[in-house]
Amino acid sequence: MTETHDAIVIGGGHNGLTCAAYLAKAGKKVLVLERRHVLGGAAVTEELHPGFKYSVCSYVVSLLRPEVIRELDLGKHGLQVCPQEFVYLPMDNGDRLITHGDPHLTRQEFRRFSKQDADRAEQFEDMMYRMAFAIKPILGYTPPNFGSPSLGDLSMLREFTGHLQGLGKDTFHQLTKIITMSADDFVGEFFETPIIRAMHSLSGVIGTMLGPKSPGTAYVLLHHYMGDLDGAFSAWGAQKGGTGMVSQAIASAAREYGAELRVSAPVAQVIVKNGSAVGVALENGDEFYAKTIVTGCDPHVSFRKIVDEKELPGEFVRAIDKFKYRGSSGKVNLSLDGLPKFTGMEDPRFLAGAIDICPSPEYVERAYDDAKYGGFSKRPAMEICIPSITDPTMAPPGKHMMSIFVQYCSYDMDQHGDRDQQREAMGEAVIDTVEEFCPNIKDLILHKQVLTPWDIEQTIGLTEGNIFQGELTLDQLFFARPTPGYAKYKTPIRNYWQCGSGTHPGGGIMGMPGRLAARAILGGKIST
Amino acid sequence: MTRPTPFHSRTFPLNQGQRWEDWEGFLTATMYGLDSLMEYNALRLGCGLLDVSPLHKYEVRGPDAQAMLQRMVVRNLAPSKPGRGFYTVWCNDHGKVVDDGAVFHIAEDHFRLTSTLPSLEWLIDNSVGFDACIEDVSEEIAGLSLQGPTSRDLLQKLTDIDLSALKFWHSRQADVCGSPALISRSGYTGDLGFEIFLEAAAAERVWDGVMSLASDYKLRPCGLLALDMARIEAGLLQIDVEFTSAKQTLFEVQTISPLELGLGWMCKLDGDFFIGRNALLEERAEGRSRWNTVGIELDVTHIERAFREFGMPLHLPEQSWNEAIPIYADVGQEKLIGRGTSGMWSPLLKKYIAIARIEPQYARIGSRFFIEEVVEAKTFSIPATVVRMPFFDPPRKRG
Repeated sequence: MTETHDAIVIGGGHNGLTCAAYLAKAGKKVLVLERRHVLGGAAVTEELHPGFKYSVCSYVVSLLRPEVIRELDLGKHGLQVCPQEFVYLPMDNGDRLITHGDPHLTRQEFRRFSKQDADRAEQFEDMMYRMAFAIKPILGYTPPNFGSPSLGDLSMLREFTGHLQGLGKDTFHQLTKIITMSADDFVGEFFETPIIRAMHSLSGVIGTMLGPKSPGTAYVLLHHYMGDLDGAFSAWGAQKGGTGMVSQAIASAAREYGAELRVSAPVAQVIVKNGSAVGVALENGDEFYAKTIVTGCDPHVSFRKIVDEKELPGEFVRAIDKFKYRGSSGKVNLSLDGLPKFTGMEDPRFLAGAIDICPSPEYVERAYDDAKYGGFSKRPAMEICIPSITDPTMAPPGKHMMSIFVQYCSYDMDQHGDRDQQREAMGEAVIDTVEEFCPNIKDLILHKQVLTPWDIEQTIGLTEGNIFQGELTLDQLFFARPTPGYAKYKTPIRNYWQCGSGTHPGGGIMGMPGRLAARAILGGKIST
Repeated sequence: MTRPTPFHSRTFPLNQGQRWEDWEGFLTATMYGLDSLMEYNALRLGCGLLDVSPLHKYEVRGPDAQAMLQRMVVRNLAPSKPGRGFYTVWCNDHGKVVDDGAVFHIAEDHFRLTSTLPSLEWLIDNSVGFDACIEDVSEEIAGLSLQGPTSRDLLQKLTDIDLSALKFWHSRQADVCGSPALISRSGYTGDLGFEIFLEAAAAERVWDGVMSLASDYKLRPCGLLALDMARIEAGLLQIDVEFTSAKQTLFEVQTISPLELGLGWMCKLDGDFFIGRNALLEERAEGRSRWNTVGIELDVTHIERAFREFGMPLHLPEQSWNEAIPIYADVGQEKLIGRGTSGMWSPLLKKYIAIARIEPQYARIGSRFFIEEVVEAKTFSIPATVVRMPFFDPPRKRG
């Protein structure tokens, strides 16, 4: 069976769908081929226990770019993000810290711990906002090729240099610090209270096999402020019906523009003739041909699994092999029979947001120590969300769905024993630790799903289970993502393009790699 | 002096920031939490509970009740049967809008009218010659509005009637938390929702009953700020914003006709006489409408550009606005053709929407013009396009 299209997108993750939607909007005949039975990649909702919807992997929306929302009209297609109102941090001593949407209340809460920290909170937020504004334009640029910059590259660099100069030297100096420092050191320049420092530095290590005291982690913090910058437009929170509905919204836009989306269609091989990609072969032998082949998979899958190495230059293959994944996060999803009760919780509505288990930077660093040499944290740092508190579609009335993001859990757990036993032990460590802060949790569990990075690789297809399709460290960002010389969505194979989070500007439900790749494929122009 | 509503003992302790406003002399929550956006979200995701007791309520009874109301309001009540309800405006003899409200047909000879402004005198004046008895029950009857996707499932737990059988704009007498009430499938949010009219004495019991199910059905008490956002998305008009009552205007220029308000669809001009009909027929025949009221969408990329001129990131309003903003035919702002009356960044639609009153020749769908936007004290012309209203119209509203 053969069919011809203008473009074939391999992988129906949110970036593959975004790229397909833009290509279809430009009038191209587009086919998306997804290996699994469901679209969305890591942004997927599945009902694994009757009546309970799991945002299986990715659980929060914050970085989805306003231009993607606007240009694909995602509001019309069902994007509906409910902002997080609180961050709730239970402590070892039975106290807790709560940050509120209202800055005055947050300040009042900080004052219980440190008057100085309360005063610095606003200063810190303002500074992060300014820095996020400083680097935000980078998200919209196709990375330049520093080796042999084109005219477009030079004009982009000139524009960006002008933008940086306009920020003033204080912001610039802070920017150099945040790029080089560890999250804990950087945050420690502002705050003295351990739990406040831990709360901030936790976002610096999410998805990364580094501790809050490892240099380079401060930068990742900044990524989280990008969402804030777009304020009313994006909103930081939980998508109605789980993150899979974000993928469904993008898929719906793609379909409306005429793209064909196929699930349960695993691609076995990209067909290359005379150095050009001309089509793909499915595992079942079906072949599809197109002028353009786009991969939404991570670099390892894109270049080491579905393409014959002989078609690629040796040094490129070596660079792709050196690209770091090192999945560091696990996920535990629970169906609960009622609302859990956390330490120090006088009002359950404070659980309508994020619940962060990170009492101190040392706690998080120790969790890292456990997993550094393989294995998992005995007392992991965790970000817990209970989306069913605000979203009635996630669980039946009175019941709840709990998503636990677990940091750290290494990919190489099998060095320490049988995978299934390790998974079971990891799940137990998570529940035991949650129980320390939430005594009634074990009585409420109706169903449990435990995912290690290895499981994430097996189910979703992300190499080594890295949620960002490759670590978000500075050496793997911008013009070096996935490797210098190939950051402009092109590959060494003609007509073979990349559009996943393994390209600039990286992971998170952002949609930007997909959009920028489509723009590159369409010769620099997309209809807005 | 603003007075408490029958729900005050319950709403008062919930109002975290003590943010109240005056609605027809009653203390009404502007918002309960510290961020009205969370209340708006509850309306669109779970449900919201609103105290609508300040609405004026009148019982109209008697053999001529229907005929009398038919003569007063612009809408055709002829198909009305007990159990039906209608949103309508009514006019003065010059065809200018006096007020808006709802007509509920309760029994054969029994109607209930709600209105925004006090209407007893207007009703009495217009009942001359009809065999109908009018009673002001504003104080005796409390009003609750339960709006949002989970409202039906929640209310079903508290009532003896089958709510799935209650169609949009239909109402029924029912037992709610052990008290008699009129439940109407209607509201001011453009979503699935119900209005519950009950004896003021039962107010607290019903409030408590509804609130006891809050966490199961993701309910929040909502203030007027959240309601305003929902009603703009639903394309519903607000008195003193989209129109001023002809009873309260001093000058002709401030009045507006239902045709100019985009409510021509509800005016039964070819049927029986109603007050203002002749003026409206003339307005239509002679093409004398000065305005049309339409939905518009603002081009956000131009607002972003305006901010960029000052080196600032785009900032969109977090609440709705209700004020007259000039609209021009040209980018140079020479030819004034109307005004925006209320608008908002819709978090749901991800669009900047507004309700606008413009000259009729600019009112067709797709028509483009410019609305004023001030950034850092500098005036910009932002392109805006006429789009279909309601902006948000989910199938569940009627389904």
